[in-house]
Amino acid sequence: MMSMIKKLLLIVSLLVSPALLASGGGENLDSVYINLADKGSLRRGAHTFVNYCLSCHAASYMRYERMAADLEIDTPTLVENLMFAADKPGELMTINMASEDAKAWFGVVPPDLSLTARSRGPDWIYTYLRSFYRDESTPTGWNNTLFPSVAMPHVLYEWQGMREAHFDESHGVSEFSGFEQIVSGEMSEVAYDEAISDLTNFMVYLAEPAKLVRYRIGFWVMGFMLVFIALTYALKKEYWRDIH
Amino acid sequence: MSLLNWIDDRFPLTKVWQEHMAQYYAPKNFNIWYYFGSLSLLMLVLQIVTGIVLTMHYKPDADLAFASVEYIMRDVPAGWFVRYLHGVGASMFFLTVYLHMFRALLYGSHRHPRELIWLLGMVIYVALMAEAFFGYLLPWGNMSYWGAQVIISLFGAIPGIGEPLAEWIRGDFVISDATLNRFFAFHVILLPLLLALLVYLHIVALHKVGSNNPDGIEIKKNKDKDGIPVDGIPFHPYYTVKDTFGVAVFMAVFLAIVFFVPELGGWFLEKDNFAPADILQTPPDIVPLWYLTPYYSILRAVTFEWLPGGAKLWGVIAMGAAIVMFFFLPWLDRAKVRSIRYRGWLYKTFLMLFVVTFLMLGYLGTKNPGHVDIFWFKNLIWAQIGLVIYFAFFLLMPIYTRLDRTKPEPDRVR
Repeated sequence: MMSMIKKLLLIVSLLVSPALLASGGGENLDSVYINLADKGSLRRGAHTFVNYCLSCHAASYMRYERMAADLEIDTPTLVENLMFAADKPGELMTINMASEDAKAWFGVVPPDLSLTARSRGPDWIYTYLRSFYRDESTPTGWNNTLFPSVAMPHVLYEWQGMREAHFDESHGVSEFSGFEQIVSGEMSEVAYDEAISDLTNFMVYLAEPAKLVRYRIGFWVMGFMLVFIALTYALKKEYWRDIH
Repeated sequence: MSLLNWIDDRFPLTKVWQEHMAQYYAPKNFNIWYYFGSLSLLMLVLQIVTGIVLTMHYKPDADLAFASVEYIMRDVPAGWFVRYLHGVGASMFFLTVYLHMFRALLYGSHRHPRELIWLLGMVIYVALMAEAFFGYLLPWGNMSYWGAQVIISLFGAIPGIGEPLAEWIRGDFVISDATLNRFFAFHVILLPLLLALLVYLHIVALHKVGSNNPDGIEIKKNKDKDGIPVDGIPFHPYYTVKDTFGVAVFMAVFLAIVFFVPELGGWFLEKDNFAPADILQTPPDIVPLWYLTPYYSILRAVTFEWLPGGAKLWGVIAMGAAIVMFFFLPWLDRAKVRSIRYRGWLYKTFLMLFVVTFLMLGYLGTKNPGHVDIFWFKNLIWAQIGLVIYFAFFLLMPIYTRLDRTKPEPDRVR
């Protein structure tokens, strides 16, 4: 019987193992460390998010109240520091900018960010927000190496400062070779990376608040299932004693 | 017991229980492969139960559908759990069904006198693919949208009536609210009803002829003086307790995926489906989920434009034929024995090759065709090689199963 369990597990593992091969992206992304247990990081990320992202982008599937509860933020702090576009904590994190205005100003409606960490992945967000550079040829004066000609300007340029991108021209193909800092920002490179890392961490939470509970419950469920397996195995053994 | 008597006078409750559980004699030598029938039934029940709960909160409306799924994920108590059970459950259902089908190929369960069980099973399989396809549109994610667009456009390849037919199915010129509403109706009413009925018939047919076993021999040939097969044991309690253990192990694996890796690296829930449907933004690679990709690979492997009617038409024909082949298995297999235990190396080799090919086609179906080199060839070439092996397995079966050198079957199960 134990060999049967082994076989069953082997079959399942063989069938799911291609999953390990499936998770490669085409772009060169910098990897970010995600730790949802770090509530401090999540709160710092939330602060950045509501102050810098939530004026143009909505997170319209998320409620302020839920965020405050999950991130252990008390209601007065929430209302004073994190709720600029809503009256009640139970409201969704929507924005006041009309879609038509957004279209007129940016050419596109800024996408809702509730699920970006799931549709694009955390590494993409982390890399994207660290890939802006000055480019006078674009309407905003900013460009991005990960998302060329993106409509979004560098909202966090005060933190990061201004950079230029250098490209190597060879055989008619220009290849990105590196950034050069031209105006320094309020933050050092390390501090900026840290801030973006916190923001990305928060956006991973934002994309799936249930992630905070499902791991915790999951361990109890696994514990129960192991006991259940043992009990049903013993029951089967008992019933089958006389079968040869 | 008077209540039972009262019922038995009016409804054959005890009789049905005896015939199908307590006195249904199943071979005593079932191995691990025999868990997947009851596990498939478990998955059907689970999908229906979780589906009912989801229907209470889901909105089949192109403007509301995507948000209503996120509402389930965030605001409905334990909604995320029910939704993951259902979404991961779809993949787990196909997993158990594929292993259940493979069991038949191993031990000849589709052979005489069980052809009708096999045919009913195949209709269930096709209905399940339709059920999964309709259900996949409902979250109204971008992959939902474009996946449905691609699959329905396949009907457009049919000469003459193609385009009007595709339009009739969509109810619009593109996938739209009209399509979503009818797919919702099919997904929650038509196909679940059909599946429940078909599964019932599948089990009725099975209990008429009795279960096969890993030795592929009839236990009904050896009966004791009471007419009970000597190698048979009552389904209840022996297989009910054994299957309960199977359920425990299976649920542990299933719940581990639900709680820790519900997307399974994009294999169970695709990244692109976390962005809402957008008619202006085609995903770079439009691919169905893993359980349909072997056929998708076959569809895309036919790239020969010189064929009359064009490559697309023949791709659709090849894809349809790939599924239809399974229906003929009971008559394609001409071996004297049923079980792989007594077959020769020819069948063993072909079956192994087929399994590897099926998995390879499944993998290639998730990749952009023609762009990537895998070992020596472009992946399109691999898919074409796979297509040839796939059909050879079926079409050559009458030959190699007859040529195969089989061993004599034992009189009693081992």
